[in-house]
Amino acid sequence: MGYETQGFKLDDSGRRIVVDPVTRIEGHMRCEVNVDENNVIRNAVSTGTMWRGLEVILKGRDPRDAWAFVERICGVCTGCHALTSVRAVEDALGIEIPKNAHLIRDIMAKVLQVHDHAVHFYHLHALDWVDVVSALKADPKATSDLQHLVSPSHPMSSPGYFRDIQNRLKKFVESGQLGPFMNGYWGNKAYVLPPEANLMAVTHYLEALDLQKEWVKIHTIFGGKNPHPNYLVGGVPCAINIDGDGAAGAPINMERLNFVKARIDEIIEFNKNVYIPDVLAIGTIYKAHGWLYGGGISGTEVLDYGTYEKVSYDHSTQQLPGGAIINGNWDEIHEVDPRDPEQVQEFVAHSWYQYADENRGLHPWDGVTEPNYVLGAKAKGTRTNIEQIDESAKYSWIKSPRWRGHAMEVGPLARYILSYSHALKGHKYCQRVKEQVDYSAMMINSGIPKALALPETQYTVKQLLPTTIGRTLARALESQYCGEMMLDDWHELVDNIRNGDRSTANVDKWDPRTWPKECKGVGTVAAPRGGLGHWIRIKDGRIENYQCVVPTTWNGSPRDTKGQIGAFEASLMNTPMANPEEPVEILRTLHSFDPCLACSTHVMSPDGQELSRVKVR
Amino acid sequence: MNTASHVSTDTPCNGGRDTPAIVVLGIGNLLWADEGFGVRCAELLQRDHEFEPGPRIVDGGTQGLYLIQHVQSADRLLIFDAIDYGLPPGTLRVIRDDEVPQYLGARKMSLHQTGFQEVLSLARLTGHYPERVVLIGCQPEELEDYGGSLRDAVRAVLPEALRLGVETLVEWGCAVRPRRQPLDPAEAVTLPHLAMQRYEAERPGPEQACRVGDERFLVTPGPEHG
Repeated sequence: MGYETQGFKLDDSGRRIVVDPVTRIEGHMRCEVNVDENNVIRNAVSTGTMWRGLEVILKGRDPRDAWAFVERICGVCTGCHALTSVRAVEDALGIEIPKNAHLIRDIMAKVLQVHDHAVHFYHLHALDWVDVVSALKADPKATSDLQHLVSPSHPMSSPGYFRDIQNRLKKFVESGQLGPFMNGYWGNKAYVLPPEANLMAVTHYLEALDLQKEWVKIHTIFGGKNPHPNYLVGGVPCAINIDGDGAAGAPINMERLNFVKARIDEIIEFNKNVYIPDVLAIGTIYKAHGWLYGGGISGTEVLDYGTYEKVSYDHSTQQLPGGAIINGNWDEIHEVDPRDPEQVQEFVAHSWYQYADENRGLHPWDGVTEPNYVLGAKAKGTRTNIEQIDESAKYSWIKSPRWRGHAMEVGPLARYILSYSHALKGHKYCQRVKEQVDYSAMMINSGIPKALALPETQYTVKQLLPTTIGRTLARALESQYCGEMMLDDWHELVDNIRNGDRSTANVDKWDPRTWPKECKGVGTVAAPRGGLGHWIRIKDGRIENYQCVVPTTWNGSPRDTKGQIGAFEASLMNTPMANPEEPVEILRTLHSFDPCLACSTHVMSPDGQELSRVKVR
Repeated sequence: MNTASHVSTDTPCNGGRDTPAIVVLGIGNLLWADEGFGVRCAELLQRDHEFEPGPRIVDGGTQGLYLIQHVQSADRLLIFDAIDYGLPPGTLRVIRDDEVPQYLGARKMSLHQTGFQEVLSLARLTGHYPERVVLIGCQPEELEDYGGSLRDAVRAVLPEALRLGVETLVEWGCAVRPRRQPLDPAEAVTLPHLAMQRYEAERPGPEQACRVGDERFLVTPGPEHG
């Protein structure tokens, strides 16, 4: 049985492979695919296996408190939910924040972006490309040579340095306490890097681990606390006195701003010397092995709300401008309006929720979250132990958001395809994106192949970007760009303060007595995983309804009334597997989205088993 | 890039200071009933006590890997967490040193525990691992109550959990005494918005906000399920 949708031919007649849970993600997710006789994926089903209920606990609470609750939803993107929440409340109440607050929030959002991207790549995703055990076989001298080739300006590159890391890794592996490396499919043919590249990547894993903790100190400076920084409806909760002393609790002074600047410089260095060269080198080597799979719908359907305004509240100055691209036409960018009831809608035809009319989608302001857990007739197993999902019925705790009826991919890759397309049309605030993308394409096609004696290629941007490699690359490029934009923000902030503006919050409408009896608002943020939106309704000073449409809801959505598949499902289509018993390729592509199920679904799992049960039927 | 040089050296965490660095870490998700045990302990420990020298008290939430710097910076690490040993609800256990990772990993109920075991092992790989680790764990009664607070069985053992925590800190050379001046809310490890009393008082009713989870995980606890 099968059908065609979005240019894919779904065929569920081959062997069924169940991966549950998908590991190294935040939250709980299951994936089932059918492979044909050549072990190529011909049908894909992605299921969020936990119920989501975060909106309902906010009902009746003070809207000014909502950010503190949403910050606890998930262990990964605390700050993005908090920021989206204060924006939604400010939008509802008509509050504009001061320039300093805009700049400080933007710096915090970009730190979070950089931090999250680096941690995701080195700690969660690299193990899909890098065989840790193979790194033990590397020659430290040859690793040092490789390091000089791919990143000549990185200072930490001596053979002794790599030998030391290798010895430490060896001890670690021999101790049997593999920890984060415990559940890898080491030795699988899907890993194609030479041992030296593996050792280099493991070394950078440790470097990243050491640096990330310095970067988040920026959050502590502006937000008072880590890991749960403070936010404030109306601005930022920190005062500024550039000439003040550094006593605890005193306003932010020049000394602390200089500390922030030093961390930004470090971020820029790390991205330039380590993160970007690693991704380009790994991407090039995998491309040389023909691994350009995983694009899914990213080449045809992408969405973002747009972000990083150079001039606050002026959308035309966004440095990562948003919009929607549909049907693969990169020349036409549609405007996205999160308020328009006809644009963003959530469907539940294949989700474990119920609506009065399930052929219709609901705009988040009118959103309903009412659980309805039923299995389809063809499902195998029991209600508490599903052996096989029936994707023709309801099969996921994730809803299906659609933009004007289209399934969309969101995330850094979506943002990069949108901004690249904007740049080609002359958008003046995102030309840096085009520069980065063109440089990367040149490096992958010829620069790195020349250095590593691999065949040169002539792929276009439109062939290279919409792939699993492209998704991983876009995240690295966005990290680099955020570092650079942050430096601009920092200079602008210091100039603005020096010019006498110390204002960090607008508290004119802090008192609920100044609020209308009823109002509604929306906040959006370019979260690390993609466009994030919170929609709020306020009545009599309390939260009446709250709905979040999170990035993983877009990407991980199940089928809709028209049978359209979501971005995760599409991305697995037509990928060959080296060995279906070891789903390296599935994990690699799913991880390239940086999935986070904690906020798109419920948060519990029975025993939290980390090792995927892989069943081939 | 100077910090990255730590990768290849095994310098002690305290960098040669006289007094060891003590970190108290409360972990768990306070939105999930008894999952909030660890965070509430950190909140109360700070609210009710003064310390000299002061340990760093951290509300770790479910931050997993992002807590590694707090582990690395500690010579002595005290962890409060809700952990499933299959014991009667409200039972406290004190786990020490090398046993801690195994205990955190033996039974996992939620994300952060899987994550936290990994954090400990990664900290070891980087060569920055506390000399002493003590885990004060509590058997939860209820986890499947979204937006809920601690159950009576767990709430009742908070004083004992705190006493065990204080005892550990004293053993590690902290002078601890009851707080004389109330804690400035701005200094609190957990936000006033989420402080236990307010969190409980402003909770929406069950008819307004569904409180249960996925029925596949609502299995009645049997002998093998704890």
